[in-house]
Parts: sequence; structure tokens; C-alpha cells
Amino acid sequence: MADLIYPRLIGARLRSQLSYRASFAMDFVTQVIAQCYELLVILVLFTQITALGGFTKNEVLLMYAFAGAAFGVADLFAGQLDNLPTYIRTGTFDVLLMRPLGTLPQIMCSDIRLRRIGRITGGIAVLAYALANVPVDWSPAKVALTVVTPIAGAVIYSAVWVVACSVCFWIVEGREFANAVTYGSNAFTSYPINVYSRPLRWVMAFVVPGAFVAYYPSLALLGKQDPLGLPGWVGWTSPLVAALAAAAAGLVWRFAVRHYRGTGS
Amino acid sequence: MTTNVVFGLLRVAVLVAALKAADGEIADYGIAATNTYVWIGQGLLGFILLWGTNELAERVRSGDVVVDLYRPWNLQSALLAEDVGRSGFAFLTRLAPPVLFGMLLFPFQFPENAVQWPLFLVSALIALVISFAFRFLIDVSAFWLIDNRGLYGFWNVTSGLLCGLTVPIAFFPEWAREALWMTPFPALLQAPIDVFLGHGSAPKLLLYQAFWAVVMLGLGHLALQRAVRKVVVQGG
Repeated sequence: MADLIYPRLIGARLRSQLSYRASFAMDFVTQVIAQCYELLVILVLFTQITALGGFTKNEVLLMYAFAGAAFGVADLFAGQLDNLPTYIRTGTFDVLLMRPLGTLPQIMCSDIRLRRIGRITGGIAVLAYALANVPVDWSPAKVALTVVTPIAGAVIYSAVWVVACSVCFWIVEGREFANAVTYGSNAFTSYPINVYSRPLRWVMAFVVPGAFVAYYPSLALLGKQDPLGLPGWVGWTSPLVAALAAAAAGLVWRFAVRHYRGTGS
Repeated sequence: MTTNVVFGLLRVAVLVAALKAADGEIADYGIAATNTYVWIGQGLLGFILLWGTNELAERVRSGDVVVDLYRPWNLQSALLAEDVGRSGFAFLTRLAPPVLFGMLLFPFQFPENAVQWPLFLVSALIALVISFAFRFLIDVSAFWLIDNRGLYGFWNVTSGLLCGLTVPIAFFPEWAREALWMTPFPALLQAPIDVFLGHGSAPKLLLYQAFWAVVMLGLGHLALQRAVRKVVVQGG
């Protein structure tokens, strides 16, 4: 039974959104534009310069596209966690605890917004353009890397989302902090990480494993040396980092939910 | 506040890396000017309520707006007064902290001329009025659209780039730069920042802002007048 519930819940969500077609179309377009925002920033910067942190325009676009596609997928599944503070404040989180299903999957399925596919579409379009315009020595392994990278990236972002939002169990108005981490890491990972100062890089690239979403896989794909001095095989470790991040996020979530106390209302 | 500072740090890093790639200066922006630009922009963002709420639109949708229209006031002026009042508080909580943060921790370009400080304040206030006028127009569109969230989302994702929040407008290619200065968007952020940095002539920038403040408020006034004719009050 339980294995059928989630497809049914998601199906119901999707049908309800497609019933307002005009509104959906506008939302979809807005999401594509939202994704293009950073793209335009990169293009404007590159009218003034020829390389950023030692990377050409198309190489930066490749990193941005990996980050964008991965963030789009994560936003689709984990973006709902932004509502967690409301659930906790109003006490609706109690309802989730009463049901015989996991709390985290319930929230993730609660409000899947189909329009967020607009973001993913934008990311994949730029990815296709960038891949066609950067020099890559293609091999079966590199094709696999290209496919796996956005998925591993999505898992990393989702894990970050879960951990950042878990803070809201202690600090009810923690959304602001959570947004800084989630949306911030999307902005962060869209550029080569060697442009950032050391403390910022340390936090956003390795504590929050943002460097493994786009930067290191792109280096491996391009066959480039890391200006920061890490060996080349690091670029192939994203799926491992993603698995570790997901496991850590699961533990943090369980720990956080155990510390949940209802608001009493 | 956390989000504001984190995004400020990220933007400073990317822009400074771009400067390094271009021998330290792009279009009058050196390292200090770029830091100043970012932190003043992050501060102004909260001060002018660039991404304020669409409260009025929600009231149009729910019908509560009828109560607002009953009252013996001019709705547009009343809401503007609310925003101006809010900005006094926002000056301390939203504008000052990121600017101080930037001043203390980063190379900062202070105005060469003392008169730039008061001019900057005037410019920021006009920007606040224009920001209000923009959002008022979007809100009033709800009289026709009922659900204006799509339009609002559109505003949220485009305004940052068009008003010069993410990249200075001076970095844009010439045609885009000229086209943008023909619109009211740069009056929201780029103009006050330019006044502070001493880029361009301050009186000219202030005149440009004042012009758009009048035009945008006028458009809002007309739109509201037309909208009110459509309102039907059922029962009482």
C-alpha cells in the first residue's frame, strides 16, 4: 500500500496544477527567466573580460549549467521544505507525525511545483550549449560523468536543504538562514570556486559540499588542473559526496524531528 | 540579513575576480568602488523595499480593497506614506548594517565631496518613491488580472538585473546601457549608487529620478482611477 501512496499523491498534485493552464504557462516562463538571470550576469561580465579565475566564458557557462540543472531538480523535490517554519509555527507538523509515513517524504511530496521544471529546462538548454562549445576529449566515462553530475548535484543540494531547514526546529524563524545556505550555495556553485576568498570557499565549497556540484566535475570533464591544487580524480567523487551528504542529512533530520515539540495550539 | 550579507560576499567575490581579469578596473569601477557598489546596493535593496509584498493585490483578490476605497483618503498617497514610514525603520535595520559591514571589512570608497552624503539620501528617498510606484502599478493590475502573482514573479526575477543590483549598468554593452537609462529601472538602485560614488553628474541623476518618480506615480494614479470604475460592491 505505502509504495502506491506517493505516486498517487504526486499525481494528484500534478493534475491540480495543470488545470490552470494560463497561470501554469506564465509561472513556467518566469522560472525559465529566473534561471536565465545568472546567465545574463555571466554574459554581461564576459563583455568586459575574457577569462574569470582562469576559465573561459564557455567553461564558466558549463559550471553554471551543471549548477542550474541540479538546483532545478533539488528545488522540485526539496524546495517545499521552505514551508517547514510555517508547519512548525502553526502546529501542522503534528499532522505529519500522526500519519504512518516518513515526515521528510511527506513534506517533499506535499507541494511539488511542476513550474519548477522551467528552471531545469533552462539549465539543460545552457548545458547543451556549453557542452557543444567547450573542448572535451569524450570517452564513455566522461559521458557517464555528464549524466551523473546533475543528479549527484541535485542530491547534494537537497541534502543541504534538509540540513539547513532542520535548523527551523530550534529557531522557528530560521528560514532566512536556511535561504542564505540553499539559494546562496546555488549562486556560489555557478562560478569557478577559485574566485572566492579562502574563508568563504572553505565554508561554501567543503563544509557545504558545493564544490562537488559543478566545479570539480567540470574540471574532470575539461581535463583541467585544479588551480587550488586538488588532484584530478576529485572530479569523479561527486556521487560519493552526494551519498555521504544524503546520509548526513537523514541523520540530522531524524535528530531534529526527535527534538520537535508541538506549539501546544 | 544573513541572506543579504551572504549574497553581498558572493557578488563582491565574482566582481572582484572580473576586475582582476581586466587589469583592476572596468568602466570607472576599481576594487574600492566595486565593494562600495555592492554593499550600498545590498543596503538599498531593503531600504526601497524592491521586493516588497503584494499586500494590496491580495486585498483586491479577497475583496477587502473595498474597505480601503471607502475611506476618505487617497489610496495611493496613503500607501506611499506607509512605505515612507517603514523606510525610516528600514534605514536603521536594512540599509545601515550592510553598508557598515562593507565599510569596516572591505576597501571602501567614501564620497570625495561632503555634499554627496545628503545628495545620496535624497536620491535614495526618490528611489524609494519610484520603487513604491512600480509595485503599486503591479498591485493595481490585480483589478484586471485578479491573480497577479505571475506578474509579480516576473518583476522579482527581472528587476535585480535591470536596475543594476547584480552587475553595474556601466558593465553592460553600450546599446543595452543606453536602452536601460531610457527606462526608470536604473533610477531604483544604480542612480543612488552613482550619486554616492560620484559617477556622472549628481544634479542630472536626481533630475532623471525625479522625472520618473512623477511619471510612475502619475501612471499609478491613472490606473487606480480606471480600476475603481470596474469595482462592483455586492451587499454591504
